[in-house]
This record gives sequence, structure tokens and C-alpha cells, in this order.
Amino acid sequence: MSAVRGAPAELLSHPPVAAGRLLASGRDLTVRYGGRTVLDRVSIEVHRQEVVSLIGPNGAGKTTAIRALLGLIKPDSGTVQHEPGVVVGYVPQRIEPESLLPLSVRRFLAMAGRRVPGDAAAVLDEVGIAPVIDRQLANLSGGEFRRVLLARALLRDPDLLVLDEPIQQVDFAGQVAMHQLIGRLRDRRGCGVLVISHDLHVVLGATDRVICINGHVCCAGEPKAVSRHPEYVSLFGPNAAAALAVYTHEHDHSHGVPVSVVPAESDLTRNASLSGEAD
Amino acid sequence: MLDDFFARALLGGIGVALATGPLGCFMVWRRMAYFGDSVAHSALLGVVLGVGLGIEPNAGIVIMCIAMALLLLLLQQQRRLATDTLLGILAHGGLALGLVGISFLHSVRVDLMSYLFGDILAVTGRELVWIYGGGGVVLAATALIWRPLLAVTVHEELARAEGVRVGLVRIAFTLLIALAVAIAMKIIGLILIVALLIIPAATARRLARSPEQMAVLASVIGVVAVAGGLHGSLAWDTPSGPSIVVAALALFALAHGGAALASACVGRFVASVPGKH
Repeated sequence: MSAVRGAPAELLSHPPVAAGRLLASGRDLTVRYGGRTVLDRVSIEVHRQEVVSLIGPNGAGKTTAIRALLGLIKPDSGTVQHEPGVVVGYVPQRIEPESLLPLSVRRFLAMAGRRVPGDAAAVLDEVGIAPVIDRQLANLSGGEFRRVLLARALLRDPDLLVLDEPIQQVDFAGQVAMHQLIGRLRDRRGCGVLVISHDLHVVLGATDRVICINGHVCCAGEPKAVSRHPEYVSLFGPNAAAALAVYTHEHDHSHGVPVSVVPAESDLTRNASLSGEAD
Repeated sequence: MLDDFFARALLGGIGVALATGPLGCFMVWRRMAYFGDSVAHSALLGVVLGVGLGIEPNAGIVIMCIAMALLLLLLQQQRRLATDTLLGILAHGGLALGLVGISFLHSVRVDLMSYLFGDILAVTGRELVWIYGGGGVVLAATALIWRPLLAVTVHEELARAEGVRVGLVRIAFTLLIALAVAIAMKIIGLILIVALLIIPAATARRLARSPEQMAVLASVIGVVAVAGGLHGSLAWDTPSGPSIVVAALALFALAHGGAALASACVGRFVASVPGKH
């Protein structure tokens, strides 16, 4: 492992692990807020060396789903399992630094723990925040802060990286860099990555598997196949499906995960209040 | 020298200020000023409990403050009442209950004013032991939970996702607030305790570049406020507890006003330099 350390592209210290092992899974997760069903029997699995994109419109329950998967909220029903000892790097969607707390970016990153000193500079370069390292957290712009959060997650040397809307407030060049980074994390580090987005065409480039949810799982599978699924088209419109064609992912290797579209079983049995948007 | 009431008062005040500095910073960062107020206001009920049960009033105060803090922690889980409403109800309800309760204690002489506003000039040697013993525990425990508490303070969900035992850390912090209130009671009185916790911390914010700096500075500023307030109290024959808070307030105004003035002067200087703008 010392051979790879310090190479900027390698980023992190421990060697890639065999692909395909299940890192985290949530089965039939159901969450209700005040009688309203926000999440209806949604299942999510993330394996090693796999990028899973969770997409869906605003209010589809994407953040709720990952919060349940990470154990931040207790689902009303369903089960969550993590591989023992799995290290999670989490980049939440919204976080407002407390202005009364004097905290530099450097210190905030140091709090991540598990840091290998030589890696810090490489990670900072990778996400492009080296110039802000000595600034106070409360003085960063939204885009800068999101990248600091990503760096912090990476410095934890995670097995599972969970990104909630990572490209929000990031310019186009930053978005491209983000997808390259996600791809590298998977390929070189063997990291499992779960990415949330409502803006689907920008995430799918680096994605192995897509789960499209809107309260329930609409459809799931390989990006290209999902984009042709009728429920996906009805949710995002034919333009979105066409746009997707431009961004089809180009991997010549498989990651040992199912790639066929699995029509969600809930399609047939779904409760009436949620079936409205299907057609 | 310890026979001198003023020296004892100074020692007691300094002990309390040292212990409450770091804790006060967390109170400011976690926006828990009113939480602290509610806990402090329940202390009078603790006195009633202590005297009623025939135990040490200090023990009664600690028990009641802990009970109130845990009750608040529990009630904040519900969504029906906004937190500030809840805190208002418990703070003033607790104080009123304490005042009513004390009126039942005919048999014992209770100096109400000393509990409300503190009686630092009457601090005994035994109370100094209590202040430094308890204060030492507060400081040591704060240092012990510093890292996870800071992580939870920066972002609770992030900390939870990263494996910090958030619930445990919150309970520990809450217990420390209760203990600090019980310690500071004699010095500053339950009405003004929170001022001694948050004003030095808010003053230190102006000058600090890291959480640890701010914590140490808050303690130092608290000590200066205690010394200044006590000397002022002696010189002008003013009530000692409020005088300490006034001194803290003056330091706060100095730090914030001074900094604002300095930046205004620099701004004017930059604007007046030829060739700029």
C-alpha cells in the first residue's frame, strides 16, 4: 500500500477490495411523516466498486432514503444492514456553518479522523480547495463549502461514499471534475458510491446502476435501460430521456451487479394515493 | 489570606469563571442560552428539594438541574411545541414553582436574594472546596468529550453518520451544564448565571481563530470580569453578582466595538490612499 501513497490520482491509502461485496443495503424502507408516506418500500443496495445513482423529482424522498440507509433516521418498517466495519463518508445536502464557531477549513478537515498525512494535500488538490485551506469555514461560498465537505468525506478513507446532490452550486467544469473523481474512486479505490441527484443527466455518466424513485421505486437498473422505462419517461419527460443518450456511460467491464431493468414489484400493488404519477 | 472575605470571593469567582468558559462556548455554538436559563431557573426548586429532604441544598440543586436538563432533552423530541415556547414555559414555570415552594419552608431560614443574585462575598472555605472540586470535574469532563462534542456541534448528522454516539454526547453535555449551574449559583445567582456563561464566550469569539483558543479566552475573559466586577463592587458599594456581569458586558462592548472601530479606521485609511479606488 505504500507504493501507491502520494500519487495524487490514487488519493487514498488502503488497497482496492474485491468488487461486488455488499456494503450497505436497505430493504423495503418505509418512512412516514405525520401520516404521509414519504418512502414506500424502497430498497437500495450498494456494492463495492459500484456507483449507484438515486434519482427522482423534488420531494421524491431521496434524502429520506439515504438518511434511513445511513441510520440517521429509523424507518417505520424495513431493514438496514451494513457490512461490519464499513467506513462511511457522507456529504449532506445542506449544512450551514455556525458563524460563532471559529473553525478553519484545515481544522474541519482534521476532524474527519483516519487521515493519512501525506494524502491531505492530494485530496485537497483533487477537489480543488487547496486555496481555501486557511480560510474560516463560515466565510466560504456555497460551492467552496460543498467541495470542502467532499474532501472531508474522502479523508475518512471511506468504503462507502454517500453524496447528496454533490453538484449543487458547482459550475459545469466542477461537475465534470466531480464525475471523473467519482469514477476514479470506484475504479482505483474500490469505493462504493451512492449519489443523489434530481438533475439526472449530469450524474449518469459515471453510473453503473440507477434507482429512480418517487416515493416508491419507479424503476431500477442500467442507466440506458432505465431511460427507456415508461415510468421514467413519464416522470422526467421524453426530453430528459433524449438528453440521457448523450451521456451514456462507457464501461467495457462489468462490476458483477445486475444490469437488467427490474420493474419495481410495487408497481402492481402500490397504494392508490401514490399511483397518480405513473401515467 | 484565605480569612479575608474578599480573597475568598475572588478565588471563588475565578474558579467558576475558569470552569464555565469552555462550557459557555459550546452553549453559544449550540445556541443553548435559553436552555441554560431554564436549567438555572429550576435551581430554586432544587433548594426546596434539598431543604425539604434535609440534605445539602447544593445536592438538591444538582439533582433538580439534572432532572430539568434531561426533561428538556426529552421534550425537545416532540414536535407539537416550538423549542423556545417550551423553554419559556419550563424556565418561568420552574422559577415560579421554586418561589412558591420556598414560601412553605417556614422552619428554615432561606436567604432568597442570595440564591437569585448570588452572595459571592459570603463564600466560605467549604464552598471554595465545592467550587474547585466541581469546577475541576466540569473542566476535565469537557476536555474528555471535547472532540465528539465539537463534531456534533459542527454538524449533528455528519457526526452521526461518522459513528459518533450523538445521544450519549448530548446527555453528557447536558449534565455538565447542570453541574456548572449548581457551582455558579453561589457566586452569581440563578438569574444571571447564563450571562457568566455566554458573555465571555461571545467576547472571545472576536479574538479567537480556533475553538480551543475561544474556550481558553472565554475562561480568561471570565476571570477578568470577576476581578473587575468585584473590585468595582467594593469601590462603589454595588451588588457583586450584577457588577461582575456589568464588567463582562463592558469587555464584550470593548472587544466588539473596538474591532468595529479598528476596521472602520482601516477602511478609511485604505480609501484615503491615493490611487486606490
